[in-house]
Amino acid sequence: MTASVSSTAKSGEIPTTKRAEDRGEATKERLLTLLLSVGPLIAALLIASLILVLMGVDPLAYYGYIVKRGLLSPTGLQATLTGMGPMLLIAASLIVAFRAGIWNLGGDAQFLLGAVFVAASAPLLVQIMPVWAMLIISLAIGATIGAIWSIVPALLRAYQGVNEIITTMMMTFLGISFANVLVKLLFLDPATTVPQTRTLAVEDRLPRLFDTTVSSGVLIGLAAILIVHFIMARTSFGLKLRIVGANARAAIHAGLPVSALTVAVFAMSAGLSGLSGATAILGQYGNVRADWNPAYSLTIVPLVFLARFNGFATIAYVFFFSMLSIGSESAARRMGVPNYFTLVTMAVLLILLGITEMLDKRRRDRKGI
Amino acid sequence: MPSQPIVSLKGVTKRFPGIVANDTVSIDFFPGEVHVLLGENGAGKSTLVSMLSGLQQPDDGEIHIDGARKAIQSPHHALSVGIGTVFQHSMLVPSLTLVDNVNLGGRWWQNPDRPAIAARMSETARSIGVDVTPMAVTSSLSLGEQQQAEIVRALMRGSRFLILDEATAMLTPKDAEKLGLLMRRLVSQGLAVIFITHKLNEAVAYGDRISVLRLGKKVGAIAPDQLKSLGPERVTQEIVRLMFGHSEDAAPSAPAEAMPQQNADLGGAVLEILALEVDDSAVPVSGVELKIRAGEIVGVAGIDGNGQKQLAEALAGQRPVRNGRIYLDGLPIEDMSVGDRRKRGLRYVTDDRLGEGTVGAFPVSINLLLKQIGDAPFWRSGLESPALIAANARRQVVEFDIRTPSIETPAGKLSGGNIQKLLLARELTGSARAVIFAKPTYGLDLQNIAASRRRIREAADSGKAVLVFSTELDELIELSNRIAVMSQGRIVGIVDNDQSARQRIGEMMSGVAK
Repeated sequence: MTASVSSTAKSGEIPTTKRAEDRGEATKERLLTLLLSVGPLIAALLIASLILVLMGVDPLAYYGYIVKRGLLSPTGLQATLTGMGPMLLIAASLIVAFRAGIWNLGGDAQFLLGAVFVAASAPLLVQIMPVWAMLIISLAIGATIGAIWSIVPALLRAYQGVNEIITTMMMTFLGISFANVLVKLLFLDPATTVPQTRTLAVEDRLPRLFDTTVSSGVLIGLAAILIVHFIMARTSFGLKLRIVGANARAAIHAGLPVSALTVAVFAMSAGLSGLSGATAILGQYGNVRADWNPAYSLTIVPLVFLARFNGFATIAYVFFFSMLSIGSESAARRMGVPNYFTLVTMAVLLILLGITEMLDKRRRDRKGI
Repeated sequence: MPSQPIVSLKGVTKRFPGIVANDTVSIDFFPGEVHVLLGENGAGKSTLVSMLSGLQQPDDGEIHIDGARKAIQSPHHALSVGIGTVFQHSMLVPSLTLVDNVNLGGRWWQNPDRPAIAARMSETARSIGVDVTPMAVTSSLSLGEQQQAEIVRALMRGSRFLILDEATAMLTPKDAEKLGLLMRRLVSQGLAVIFITHKLNEAVAYGDRISVLRLGKKVGAIAPDQLKSLGPERVTQEIVRLMFGHSEDAAPSAPAEAMPQQNADLGGAVLEILALEVDDSAVPVSGVELKIRAGEIVGVAGIDGNGQKQLAEALAGQRPVRNGRIYLDGLPIEDMSVGDRRKRGLRYVTDDRLGEGTVGAFPVSINLLLKQIGDAPFWRSGLESPALIAANARRQVVEFDIRTPSIETPAGKLSGGNIQKLLLARELTGSARAVIFAKPTYGLDLQNIAASRRRIREAADSGKAVLVFSTELDELIELSNRIAVMSQGRIVGIVDNDQSARQRIGEMMSGVAK
């Protein structure tokens, strides 16, 4: 847009100069876009480094170690990729909901309950059926349980207009406690002293990719997010959901079945969260211990926002976050920096990206773009 | 005679994607004058207003206040220098009472003295001859009532430079006249008023000075002495010449004599409404009986907020029917969904063009198909066909003269007139049998009014049954075969559109007026 503005202002000049100038403007605009995406990341690392210095830790060593363990070492990279699977599914769950204007913040319970039921059933199922059938049924169980946990908020939202932010979060509190109760009382593995479910044997889990330790859960995650991206961008169903999200009154005016679409969104979103729980168990953990709650959903929410609900950008952010998590786990053991410092880095990045976005919006407003 | 302008625009330019909204506009606004800004939709009036009220900054040029250059940085800043604005679209918070809306921007640490504000509000309202309920929640009021309250609020804030952006568009003719007289009183006290309107008679009747914008440029002005010496008819001709570049045949409304042929060759009943009842907390609709034949235009007259919206929505299927029947081509449709009614040929052109008619953030091409999402050939087994969607949009953009930078432009960025063309394109394309128009020319400029009315007439001429809701009696008299009068949720009478129609409608409307 800057290009057209400048050409209007200098309309007296000969066309060739104008074209050259347009090109120059376009290059400038591209450079600016790049700066806007990379700048905050660098600044965030700098600020987080300052905090590390105050804590008496060498930031270069810390981040160097994280990159080394999370990205550059084979085992670290494999762990990073494996960790991406459930996160991508959570991201897909959030993209479906947010694009339809529904704030499903109950993903943590949907994830956890999906995980608990899969952890409880998979070791039993595998005794009566082939592994591949058990895996498919377990994934279905996870998705179904997740979806079931969203029925109450879905119906309240669709037919009574009750704000789903409140109801899904309340269902999360209930769901997390319920999952704990199940693990401690009902699904307890009698063979162990610590409260946890039976463990799914490593050879019965989701197949590994080639001869690495990367779980094929990451493929499920990638597939889910690409499918969701495609549905939202290219299909009439996705377009209907986006209309409900962008202008619910226009949706009613256009005769869209808003209530039914709302229930469908909840089912898909919560189903994907439950599927994420299933993938975490079948690919990574094999069992659920009492009080286990990785709280992926609320962690992924800001990432999805930063990616502006774009599937591809989300994949990049999730990869980065997974790398930080894996790396910082090692760094925590090695350098005494708590694991939670990942969240500090992410939080600083979020704030800076927010500020950048605001500044960029102002710039565009000024230029009338 | 005042010598120094309160506000001056000096070579102000504002650009948006694809268009120059204001191109080196220079205008002086003097105290003691009603300065009328005229121009088509998209001529740049609203942009000019948003710069004066601090919502947007000019790209080039200067704004001078009391002779000194000043950048109006925010709406708050505009208020502090005495510039008050009443916008075309409501700027009140729907969930608050009018009193709390007035108090917005007050000191946050002080508990508002609501009774005092209410008293002051009632007093101000009385002085302009409108009746407001200060403690009423805004969303419970009709759009017309909300706008009246906004005018009152601007006056209460002590503006010495009042911008009325199409403020009369929704007022009843009587209230518009009252507002006109109020403008005269305000300027006699030394205030400056900018009055933006589409109605030339209002411009001539209440204006001291007239500036005409066209495609972002100021193309002419009529000074006070000229305005006085020329006389209303010559002034109107001059304005039309400035606005459209020719002085003949641009007159907006044909005289009442040119009314349609009376029931000459009308077909059978297409849309039949029997004892219809519709629930609503504010204005329930009851006992509506109407029969519209093929080729017939039935107008529904009445002051805004008397159940027209509720009736239109119930017919379109957006609002449940409590009782009664609606027949389309002999088949009952009152239990059908919006989509099924549309498939049978019922179309609804809403007046809430931005609120429900379009999804502002979505491209023009999608908005043109908003009611056909998933239908072949644009979607095949749920998958979109971008080429066909674009081809459809390009065809309709040409056919209905929708002026947009591109078919990918978000619909919300178009001007009011072009959004209306988009809706007309969407509703009139395909096999329509009955078309409901809600205030089809509200807020449009002369050319778009003429274009919309032509579309309505064409719809009837091609054998469709047409129902037109309008608050402008002239419009209904120009278009309709018969006119029904609606008041407090009921049809209080239906008259044939003949020579005595205007008088009888007036009697019916005043007979039930409070």
